[in-house]
Amino acid sequence: MVDIPYEGIEGIPPAEVPDVELYHPRSWWTRYVFSQDAKVIAIQYSLTATAIGLVALVLSWLMRLQLGFPGTFSFIDANQYLQFITMHGMIMVIYLLTALFLGGFGNYLIPLMVGARDMVFPYVNMLSYWVYLLAVLVLASTFFVPGGPTGAGWTLYPPQAILSGTPGQDWGIILMMSSLILFIIGFTMGGLNYVVTVLQARTRGMTLMRLPLTVWGIFTATVMALLAFPALFVASVMLLLDRLLGTSFFMPSLVEMGQLSKYGGGSPLLFQHLFWFFGHPEVYIVALPAFGIVSDLISTHARKNIFGYRMMVWAIVAIGALSFIVWAHHMYVSGMFPQFGYFFATTTLIIAIPTAIKVYNWVLTLWRGDIHLTVPMLFALGFIITFVNGGLTGLFLGNVVVDVPLSDTMFVVAHFHMVMGVAPIMVVLGAIYHWYPKVTGRMLNEAMGKFHFWVTFLGAYLIFFPMHYLGLLGVPRRYFELGDATFIPSSAHSLNAFISVVALTVGFSQMVFLFNLAWSLFKGEASGGNPWRATTLEWQTPETPPGHGNWGKDLPVVYRWAYDYSVPGAAEDFIPQNQPPRARKLIQGAAS
Amino acid sequence: MSAIILFLTVVAVIVGWWLSQQRLTAKPWLEEGPVGDFPGGDSMTWPAAKVGLGVFLAVASVLFVLFISAYSMRMSVVDWRPLPVPRLLWVNTGVLVLSSAALQWSYVAARRHDTENVMIGLLAGGASAVIFLAGQLLAWQRLGAAGYFVASNPANSFFYLLTAVHGLHLTGGLVALGRTSAKMWRGAEIAEMRLSVELCAIYWHFMLLVWLVLLGLLTGWTDDFVDICRRLLS
Repeated sequence: MVDIPYEGIEGIPPAEVPDVELYHPRSWWTRYVFSQDAKVIAIQYSLTATAIGLVALVLSWLMRLQLGFPGTFSFIDANQYLQFITMHGMIMVIYLLTALFLGGFGNYLIPLMVGARDMVFPYVNMLSYWVYLLAVLVLASTFFVPGGPTGAGWTLYPPQAILSGTPGQDWGIILMMSSLILFIIGFTMGGLNYVVTVLQARTRGMTLMRLPLTVWGIFTATVMALLAFPALFVASVMLLLDRLLGTSFFMPSLVEMGQLSKYGGGSPLLFQHLFWFFGHPEVYIVALPAFGIVSDLISTHARKNIFGYRMMVWAIVAIGALSFIVWAHHMYVSGMFPQFGYFFATTTLIIAIPTAIKVYNWVLTLWRGDIHLTVPMLFALGFIITFVNGGLTGLFLGNVVVDVPLSDTMFVVAHFHMVMGVAPIMVVLGAIYHWYPKVTGRMLNEAMGKFHFWVTFLGAYLIFFPMHYLGLLGVPRRYFELGDATFIPSSAHSLNAFISVVALTVGFSQMVFLFNLAWSLFKGEASGGNPWRATTLEWQTPETPPGHGNWGKDLPVVYRWAYDYSVPGAAEDFIPQNQPPRARKLIQGAAS
Repeated sequence: MSAIILFLTVVAVIVGWWLSQQRLTAKPWLEEGPVGDFPGGDSMTWPAAKVGLGVFLAVASVLFVLFISAYSMRMSVVDWRPLPVPRLLWVNTGVLVLSSAALQWSYVAARRHDTENVMIGLLAGGASAVIFLAGQLLAWQRLGAAGYFVASNPANSFFYLLTAVHGLHLTGGLVALGRTSAKMWRGAEIAEMRLSVELCAIYWHFMLLVWLVLLGLLTGWTDDFVDICRRLLS
């Protein structure tokens, strides 16, 4: 094999810096605090999301303590239990997962992976983070206001959400709405950046079909979020007005504490439509970035090109589109027109097709791959298995006749924790193990990582598998205690105690991970620029961690797709996207 | 929810059309080679700010269409009593049309490198937008004085809510317009400012369009249309 550079490669001038004026920080404050650099903003987003996520983790421990050992802990009463449920759900879904995938990974990876110097609107990007932080602070403040946070459940259904009797009726619900409104404003600022950066700031040669699937996932999820979050915004504003000004958008006429309330005529169902019009796409807003990231993790750590790249892209787009017409499968028991249910059950089952295509393609990527069981790979495998499990119970619940009896049981809790709790968190953790070396220049400790994985993975199954069984028995969800219901056998109580013990163990094992993050920052093994020998652009930066402007003087030029692993005849088992091709024509000429 | 589904269908068609131009059927694993061999590597020729505004307008449209969806669902409940729309709204509408026209004037002047007329257009557009907002507040005051309070009927609540959301969006536009005018005032090159002026004009036209749709809804002009749509769908 003769290695002659392709004719004309020498002649390509260095990619010109597009006329985006890079912002240059002048002081410590503008470099690390009020920074406009997407990488710093990404870390700010990630740390804030993790911090508030830990609060939600502690709330889940408190709930499990109550469920496992009812009556033992006098500091948890029924109202608090409802408040824990509400805050746990809201924080985990919106303030942790959405913010982490889009604000954290999106900010860090999009500019690096598409070969840009930064996001296209850095100032707006910075504002996005600070508005997000404000939203988080407003949310956290509800723990300290009179009456505490709202206990309306994360779905905040009216009328009960704003009536007396629901905990947090004074301040909690008002601040929750305000926080959501702020979050959506902040997210829109960030989301505009992610979308326009992918559209406008790709480096030369980076066609859409050469984008890594991570970027496709985050890009599509962002488009969906931009279209779906307004529904939550509308619902929040109108519910806030019902609460503050006494309007009746959602509030029907009813008797409150023995008195006829001032409300009348409003439609609680309208709120549910708006909420789930946001709520269902939200599931995929969390899932699509996870799909994208896990594709890249599997391909890199199995040293094999992703199977069916085109199908993967099409499936992402198809899932994104379909997810807007399935929302009412959350409302089978809401009292909406019953025949709607069949339409939504059909669309729900159809969405399983592109999702299944993705799962097959991951498995076929692994097939006969050179699988390295690194920590990121373990988490990626854990994701596939968990997602399939959670997805299968989703097929059950997508059918009206199965959903109606199961709807208010622990079965649903088990289902959505598997599919959009554990599965995306597996990807988040895998992605952190994968990209931590790029962010810090040091590897995370592998022994601690493997311990973390096995405890988390096995623990998650010990927690959520038995929960399906509890649900089939008819154990209701959202209940502070089960009392003496005859249909619940005593074994259900001991199972609950078992789940609680495992949940606390798994929760504490996350501290090993946090310790690992801190310890490796100083003591971790130096990683070099490309420790996983990966092809995508972020691993080809001249400096690690990447410097301001990412690429030194010249932007990279892209010559190939993102998955050239184990290419026959190549010198190494990976070819970076920015490596110029060999001269095929000249070689043929030499052979003849 | 049919309004939002219809609107999203339109968005989906636009996105689908755009995606169909992006060679999504390419086989990237076969396409190794230098820049230029494979089309589609370049960004759109539009400036990033214009694309950003386009995406933002899509998001804002979704917001307004969702409000309209909620409006049409809520108005079918029996307690709905349409409120008499103050005449002042027609005056306000005229002012907003003028505002939009002034910014178009400014944009045309910017294309002709006519600094003075750009400045006149911007100031006239900004001033008339402020007058529009003041007029909206006055309309609120008159309705309040006539006893149409925000919570007394859902039709009133929606009237105040929709006008407020529209007004807030216009206020946001005024911030951008103010920044553009300030830069012009300090003597920025017209070539640099052309894009900003254009974006302001686009945003103003959009806000005018939204206002006309809302006005049709609030005055009940579109009721027949909504009825026909509802009958078609059910």
